[in-house]
Amino acid sequence: MAFQLPELNYKYDALEPYIDAQTMEIHHTKHHSTYTDKLNGAVKGTADEGKSIEDLLKDVSNKSIAIRNNGGGFYNHNFFWEILGPSKGMPSGEFLKAIETAFGSFDAFKVEFANAATTRFGSGWAWLIKQSDGSLTVTSTPNQDNPIMDISVVTGVPLLALDVWEHAYYLKYQNRRPEYIDAFWNVVNWTKVEDNFKRG
Amino acid sequence: MKFELPQLPYAADALEPYISKKTIEYHYGKHHQTYINKLNDLLPGSDFEKCDLDTIVKKGHNGIFNNGAQVWNHTFYFSSLSPNGGGKPKGKIAQLIEDNFGTFEKFQEIFTKAATTLFGSGWVWLVQKDDGSLEVLKASNADNPLRNGHKPLLTIDVWEHAYYLDYQNRRPDYIDGFWKLINWDVVESRL
Ligand SMILES: [Fe+2]
Ligand SMILES: [Fe+2]
Repeated sequence: MAFQLPELNYKYDALEPYIDAQTMEIHHTKHHSTYTDKLNGAVKGTADEGKSIEDLLKDVSNKSIAIRNNGGGFYNHNFFWEILGPSKGMPSGEFLKAIETAFGSFDAFKVEFANAATTRFGSGWAWLIKQSDGSLTVTSTPNQDNPIMDISVVTGVPLLALDVWEHAYYLKYQNRRPEYIDAFWNVVNWTKVEDNFKRG
Repeated sequence: MKFELPQLPYAADALEPYISKKTIEYHYGKHHQTYINKLNDLLPGSDFEKCDLDTIVKKGHNGIFNNGAQVWNHTFYFSSLSPNGGGKPKGKIAQLIEDNFGTFEKFQEIFTKAATTLFGSGWVWLVQKDDGSLEVLKASNADNPLRNGHKPLLTIDVWEHAYYLDYQNRRPDYIDGFWKLINWDVVESRL
């Protein structure tokens, strides 16, 4: 079955004023949708048709650049829409403990994550991931690469992600990426992030 | 040495309707200016403190390279454009394009395809190589052909900030507009 553009669990204006409805709509119906179509085009009629997106990306070193770019774009946006939402919950329990162990405090984690997002030069993503030894770390990836790809320097299970391609914020924030990153903290669905931690 | 934002060779609204005044105000006034400010912040105490911009672009690394090359690239890009631009090149540059690509239309097709398909942020360049031949090159992020010893003749900025306010995800429409703004006299003068 071909990859499908997922529906969002909230309306395009649900993240206002932090992320505007116009940005959400274009991001979902144009950018994400184009990655989905191009990914389908890249696997169609090949041995990769029918494989899960995770299986494709974990073995991306053996795949075409079209699968790396568009498969990454498909997966990353799927993930991003899920950890966004009208703000819900706060890190607690084992998850909060893991954050404190890795970064010292929740606030120190936010500083490190924001720094990764601010300093990623060009297009890319910032991530909070759970590594194979169970510890948490912050990393960033260029373009549509991500930490489940075997080509990434730092790999692990994604818990939280932030899109810092200019298309993610330009209509509202233009060159002010740090303001977009500040605003992001108001629209994180921590219940979902903690769920990623428990399952990861 | 302190670098300064060069004057734009036209008014901020001069490239309308292809590139809006608002885009120029951010692109030139904010992005270009910020690269200059960051470069000036990074230079004191570095190996490049007394270097000219070409040397920084050719030999720099990390933040000094990224910001220095972005200063160079934007100055070059903005000066490649003109409200009286567009059309077909004449003279020596026209001849070289025909010699290397067959026809101007074929060159246009190759350059447009490179600009459309460059993934992520970056630049597409028309360069002249050591042997005199022309080539179209894709370059990610801040990359610049001087690092490979080529002579840059023309560039298009395909970072999303170059077109997002005017065209959003429709990069091909921005590229169409770019062709109507190229100052071919300036391109020829770079040979
Ligand atoms: Fe995106
Ligand atoms: Fe730019």
